[in-house]
Amino acid sequence: MARVSLRVNGAARTVDVDPTTPLLYVLRNDLGLHGPKFGCGLGQCGACTVVMDGAAVRSCSLPVTAARNRAITTLEGLGTSARPHRLQRAFIAEQAAQCGMCMNGMLMTAAALLDRNPNPSVAQIKNALDGNLCRCASHLRVIRAIQRAARDQA
Amino acid sequence: MTPPALSRRELLKATGGLLVGFKLFEPVPRLLAQGLQGGTPLSNAGGLAADQLDSWLAIAPDGTVSVFTSKVDLGTGTGTALGQIVAEELDVAIANIRMEIGDTTRSVDQGRTSASRTLERAGPQMRQAAAAARQELLARASARLGTPADRLAVADGVVRVAADPAKSISYAALVGGQRFNTKVPASGEQWDLKVAPDVTPKHPKEYTVVGTSVPRFDLPQKFTGEFPYAHEVRVPGMLHGRVVRPPVVNSKPARVDETSIRGIPDMVKVVQEGSFVGVVAQTEWAAIRAARALKVTWSPPPGQFPAGPDAMYDYLRNTRGFTERVGVENGNVAAGLTGAARRFEATYRWPFQMHGMIAPSCAVADVQGDKATIWSGSQAPFITRNGVARLLGLRDENVHFIYREGSGCFGRLEPDDAPEDAALLSRAVGRPVRVQWMRDDEHGWEPKGPPQLITIRSGLDGQGRVTAWDYVERTLPWTDARLSPMLASRQTGIRPDENGLPIGGNDGTPYAFEHRKATLVAIPWMMNANPLRTANLRAPYGQGRCFASESQMDEMAAAASIDPVEFRLRYLAANTRAADVLRAAAERAGWQARRSPRAPGGTGTTAAGRGVAISGLAGTLVAQIADIDIDRSTGRIAVKKITVAHDCGIIVNPDGLRNQIEGNVIQSVSRSLMEEVGFDSAGVKSLDWTSYPIIRFRDIPDVDIVLIDRREMPPFGAGEASSIATAAASANAGFDALGGRLRQAPFTPERVLRALRAGAV
Repeated sequence: MARVSLRVNGAARTVDVDPTTPLLYVLRNDLGLHGPKFGCGLGQCGACTVVMDGAAVRSCSLPVTAARNRAITTLEGLGTSARPHRLQRAFIAEQAAQCGMCMNGMLMTAAALLDRNPNPSVAQIKNALDGNLCRCASHLRVIRAIQRAARDQA
Repeated sequence: MTPPALSRRELLKATGGLLVGFKLFEPVPRLLAQGLQGGTPLSNAGGLAADQLDSWLAIAPDGTVSVFTSKVDLGTGTGTALGQIVAEELDVAIANIRMEIGDTTRSVDQGRTSASRTLERAGPQMRQAAAAARQELLARASARLGTPADRLAVADGVVRVAADPAKSISYAALVGGQRFNTKVPASGEQWDLKVAPDVTPKHPKEYTVVGTSVPRFDLPQKFTGEFPYAHEVRVPGMLHGRVVRPPVVNSKPARVDETSIRGIPDMVKVVQEGSFVGVVAQTEWAAIRAARALKVTWSPPPGQFPAGPDAMYDYLRNTRGFTERVGVENGNVAAGLTGAARRFEATYRWPFQMHGMIAPSCAVADVQGDKATIWSGSQAPFITRNGVARLLGLRDENVHFIYREGSGCFGRLEPDDAPEDAALLSRAVGRPVRVQWMRDDEHGWEPKGPPQLITIRSGLDGQGRVTAWDYVERTLPWTDARLSPMLASRQTGIRPDENGLPIGGNDGTPYAFEHRKATLVAIPWMMNANPLRTANLRAPYGQGRCFASESQMDEMAAAASIDPVEFRLRYLAANTRAADVLRAAAERAGWQARRSPRAPGGTGTTAAGRGVAISGLAGTLVAQIADIDIDRSTGRIAVKKITVAHDCGIIVNPDGLRNQIEGNVIQSVSRSLMEEVGFDSAGVKSLDWTSYPIIRFRDIPDVDIVLIDRREMPPFGAGEASSIATAAASANAGFDALGGRLRQAPFTPERVLRALRAGAV
């Protein structure tokens, strides 16, 4: 077991875990942050995405020790239903989901995208999200929602 | 009883000596023995009394209306739509509706949630319960206000005297926090349950909530991480479990070597029950590590399995069916074929495909003595409850099932395995256990949509009229659907039925042909010695049927030099709704009447094509027009746009409907172009998203939708219908572009190049 210090959603957190544990399980089970989802555990689908030091990363295949002292933002850190982030508002306005299991990845990847490119083209949005799978196929709505959020910030 | 399969010698004879590289797994006597030894029959019923208003609705002192239903929302928005129906009928604000979904102790059994029948079946049940509640509330208000009920009006849950609106009383004041204690007539059960049929509901002309795009109740929380999915259930004292899967269901663990997981921290127990093997640990990661590391020596599979998709189609072609049903027959097909000026015969192949839930199966079970509580995303709360009860030897009502939404599942969670896994593990350790399947568990073991081998023989007369239509479909039954035992049940000795659930339905075409026949042959499939379980996948058998039928129609239209839309309309005179959607799609897409293919053999790298197809499913009619580009050098198809015209009766929530249609169509483009389960004689090879790719953002087509709202009709389902015609429309667009026909899905670049080389047929 190992003590690992993390910075999650702006707060310092320390956990005592098997150091081989992927970050995802620490976030979900030790810190109670259910935004990131288990989809594949292989870095293939994007459901587990968090933002680490400004980049969208796959928490299912990142050992918790690799996140030590890095700034982690989860979906909960983006906003709440009482105080939603502009991306979350835009996704609600566009009704951009069905089951919603992949939406954590869509939102976190979009958040990282808008941080580095405030006005992405449709092609740039598709490119940024190409590694995020959605089985219900809400893709068109997700694209519209990200465009809407970009307009909001402009 | 006819033997379910030809002997090897007969088989060789039937195939003219072609060597088919597999033998059937389970000898016939054993299959029969399994049937005779079938487990305790599973009851599929339970729940609260349907003839009590309190089983359906409760009104709180603050005016909030709780709506109780066992029709679960699988992420498609039916919870919101049913809420709209209740709000409409009761005259309460939509914001005051609270949906209470899928708790077996708090709902009437409305049957499993599948086949896109929620709004069609549960819609009227909820509407009539609400109408009966409104009538009861008006009677009580009438007494309190001293005014006859017919002179009262209701808005936002407040009853007023129409002529003197200052005189009023709210629903909350009438019944808030109290039970109704009111009986209503109820008859039938589950999908056929009728509630308060004597009460006249609102006329659709008066609707102000039904027919509007009420935002989904569930979505805001799904964008913030607050939504309580099954995967987020946490119970005090809960442990984590994982299951160690065998090569095939009836492999036995000859040896379980616990020393192989020595050193993994936080381990609690290795559990073995019959052939079921699982691990329980304090942490989820420890359970995952242990399940991966645990060395289990399994008994070898008892036979060989078709060594891949090609061998599978050979198996379908060469094996005698255990049932053969004629789904539709009129006229005399043989005579119609004999009299034809031109005859057509083609065979179409549709592969094994996956539901492919983004989040794998997950459940929490808490087994304490003779009681158990289960949380999962099952499509059939009462069947799952009763299955767990049978597995544990408990009374049905001692198992409390609580629905928590899972991943969008498209049929996969009608047979919901994880609750039984969790139940066995929880009983073994005496604590609540959460089980989540890993990606390879889900890809490998989810029951798949079965492959189809479809042959159509048809004929045209000299005037281009269809003289005969003879459709024969050979496919597998569902081994894991409805009441069949789940994996853990089978591994602990509960036998499945002999053959599973055979195929039903017909060829799915809405056309009227003078001589028509559709025959459906169910080929025996291995119930337990089987790494490829089968079950209903979104619009079961629909895509393959439509692909075959609408390809055949297209081919005949081309042969007759008749425009494909016009050719179809000739056989839809008796089906005006089908004709209407076809015309609506053609108009929206700017269809230009033409012969097909338009430009075979043209030059340039990209060939553009446009194709049309229509489909019907349980009262819902859909037409689709596909615009595609094909790269002639690579054979790669890009679906650019699908235009959809959709008629599902009265529309309850237009934006929710559009969301369903977009999802259906895009998922079907994925299934049409790239999805095929890989397997060999050892089992499933598609165990992740690399080996079973699905559509990505870069390949998403535009979806242009025309909604036809039939206010005078009841609502029909929309969760599946628009998934059916996409493959057929795309294949027909391929013919338009290439001049060659695509006969096998998915339409991979190699198959497209083959069609291109084959040229015009």
